[in-house]
Amino acid sequence: MAIPIRYNIRNLKLRKGLTIMTSLGIALTVTTAIFLMALLAGLDRAFVTSGDPLNVLVMRKGSQAELSGGFDASLFPTLKTLPGIAKDRNGEPMASGEWVVVIVLPRKDGTGEVNVTVRGMMPDGLELRPQVKIVEGRWFTPGQREVVVSESIKKRFAHANIGDTLQFGKGPWTVVGVFDAGGSAYESEIWGDVNQMASDFDRQGGFASAYLRATDPVSADALKHRVSDDQRLKLEGVLETEYYAKQTSSGAPIKYIGWVVAIIMAIGSSFAAMNTMYAAVAYRSREIATLRVIGFSRPSILTSFVFESVLLSLLGAAVGIVLMLPFNGMTTGTSNSVTFSEIVFSLRMTPQVVMVAVVFAIIMGLFGGMAPAWHAARRDILAALRD
Amino acid sequence: MTKISFVIRNSFRNKRRSILTMLSIGFSLLLLTLMMTIWRSFYIDQGAPDSMKRVITRHRVSLTFFLPTYYRDKIRSLPGVVAIVPMTYFGGVYKDDRPENSFAQFATDPSEYMKVGSDKIVPADQLLAWQRDRAGAMVDVELAKKFGWKIGDRITLQGTFLPVNPELTIRAIFCMDPPPRSLYFHTAYLEEAIPWFKGQAGFFDTRVASADDVPQVSAAIDEMFRNSPEPTKTESEHAFKLSFVAMLGNVKAFILSICAAVVFAILLVSANTMAMSIRGRTREVAVLKTLGFTASNVLSLFVGEAVALSLAGGVLGIAAAAGVIQLFSHSPVGIGVSNGLTVTVPTMGVALLVAAAVGFFSACLPAYNAARMNIVEGLRHIG
Repeated sequence: MAIPIRYNIRNLKLRKGLTIMTSLGIALTVTTAIFLMALLAGLDRAFVTSGDPLNVLVMRKGSQAELSGGFDASLFPTLKTLPGIAKDRNGEPMASGEWVVVIVLPRKDGTGEVNVTVRGMMPDGLELRPQVKIVEGRWFTPGQREVVVSESIKKRFAHANIGDTLQFGKGPWTVVGVFDAGGSAYESEIWGDVNQMASDFDRQGGFASAYLRATDPVSADALKHRVSDDQRLKLEGVLETEYYAKQTSSGAPIKYIGWVVAIIMAIGSSFAAMNTMYAAVAYRSREIATLRVIGFSRPSILTSFVFESVLLSLLGAAVGIVLMLPFNGMTTGTSNSVTFSEIVFSLRMTPQVVMVAVVFAIIMGLFGGMAPAWHAARRDILAALRD
Repeated sequence: MTKISFVIRNSFRNKRRSILTMLSIGFSLLLLTLMMTIWRSFYIDQGAPDSMKRVITRHRVSLTFFLPTYYRDKIRSLPGVVAIVPMTYFGGVYKDDRPENSFAQFATDPSEYMKVGSDKIVPADQLLAWQRDRAGAMVDVELAKKFGWKIGDRITLQGTFLPVNPELTIRAIFCMDPPPRSLYFHTAYLEEAIPWFKGQAGFFDTRVASADDVPQVSAAIDEMFRNSPEPTKTESEHAFKLSFVAMLGNVKAFILSICAAVVFAILLVSANTMAMSIRGRTREVAVLKTLGFTASNVLSLFVGEAVALSLAGGVLGIAAAAGVIQLFSHSPVGIGVSNGLTVTVPTMGVALLVAAAVGFFSACLPAYNAARMNIVEGLRHIG
């Protein structure tokens, strides 16, 4: 017969100080783990939501990022005539030739300078990114030295409000609008007219990349192959989703460091939990013997103590999750390993993150409780009663 | 029995509890030491003495823009400048793009390179062979060991943002402490292969006469090109490296918050243990007091025990951290990342100090309560 759970809960309540201290220790470990996992979840989301399955990104053959591309502008009309491209509002094929450059901007809080991606695009560039919406001001006018910035750029950098001027390239650019990119990688970009950008950075007569929007996912795939297989073009097409999926590797350093930190902290907390459970067993050795005399079996005592330890760590997990809640949604940035520019993302405590944290805590509890519970179940009844 | 031996014996009276506490504190201090070591290498270390005499000049806008090579002669004419070479980060792929096969490659001018990078040690005949062969490369001894390269071996790099796949012959192998794990080849090779690259360089590496010249030379270089189409940004080699760390995000806050969580966690663990062990000895404290030990005696006994325990845990943790860093910097993953990471004596000192402080504070409250307890009540206590 199993020992009622109430017994364990009452025991934890009885020694409040010990319970609180141990579970706080576990809570700190859980908090750290959640923090790191939420960072990675946010980063993954930034890349995963960036790509649109209908968009085909065209770059020079062999280049791995838009920054390292560059092809002649004369190829662009040929691209536009390929079959399978959707029509824009003027009835023309929806395509945008673009330039991507990286510039340095000082952070608002003065903690250094950061590389920021500036993207020059054609008017169709806005239309083929339907997930991006203007929230303040208006879009830039083609032919003008105007830019629109993402919400996070506005928040994080000086001179990025509407009406301000940003200095880069060959002179000032007026900020005329702020856009919301829905947590995608565009969240870290500044957009303007492609011809203006090209002349500012001495890159006229070419494009770094081109975006083509297909009518449906099947023709997107066909379009991608058509671009890559065309011998005249010497270009390569990839689906935008595939392009960004590859960039998630930017999170690798955080991931490795994060796991090392979380595992070391977890081992430390498990030992602390073990200590607490050994003390609990020692205090109750006569009680345990009494339970055995009444007829509770060794396995039921073992499970009861392991359960108590898991309960302790679950309490810690709950506290840890609550401690982390205020940080949910906090934005931060890291360097994109492909474009060398900053990518902005927010901490996301997804259900998976919380689940993994709870499992993590349960493992700590099991590890900490196993040995003491084994010890409790194996003690000789007579010796324990005499204690 | 002296006080010290009393403390030591008491520490080992519940062996299991002491060992678990020590292990728990040890693991936390392992993490703390690792974090402090990383912090030190990022923000405190000024690098090797020779690197303090070098400044890096890059395009003001971004490292992805090239500078014209005629800047080299202009910079060379500035007072305080000893030597200058153009450098271009090639970013090529060797074999495949797995991270363990990645290392840094730079195109430079071999005829003058050793005047700037004079902390690299290379046999004179090998250097000469490298300078003579336009398709020659100079590599780090660690890198050569890792890939099994010998003098005369041919390797192919695959260009990423520069459209060329250099086929290079290893002509020289250099030693340097700490090993940079990088490869150097001729700028001329790139210029011949990529017509539009001619007359450009990624950045300039300049050697100045003494470390004191760094601020003045940096300012002079940037001032000279301020109003040109390609303005520059010049900073010390250390600051240049640090700007890559800054790109990772708010690393300082990240490390600090982990350290704070760790210290707070060990404080909890240690306080927990001390509270448990002192509560179990209530009657014993009353006996000690009956025998004539004063309240402050009792207090110091308990505090001493806590400090001894956490110091023992601290020593364990620091030793483990030193081991982990040794292992890491010699593992294939660590190559190129862990340049010169070591646990220094000051870092160890700080870690031990933290351990001692944690022990001290964790024992204060429970020991204070025990010390001022009423003797009669203590004797009656059933524990």
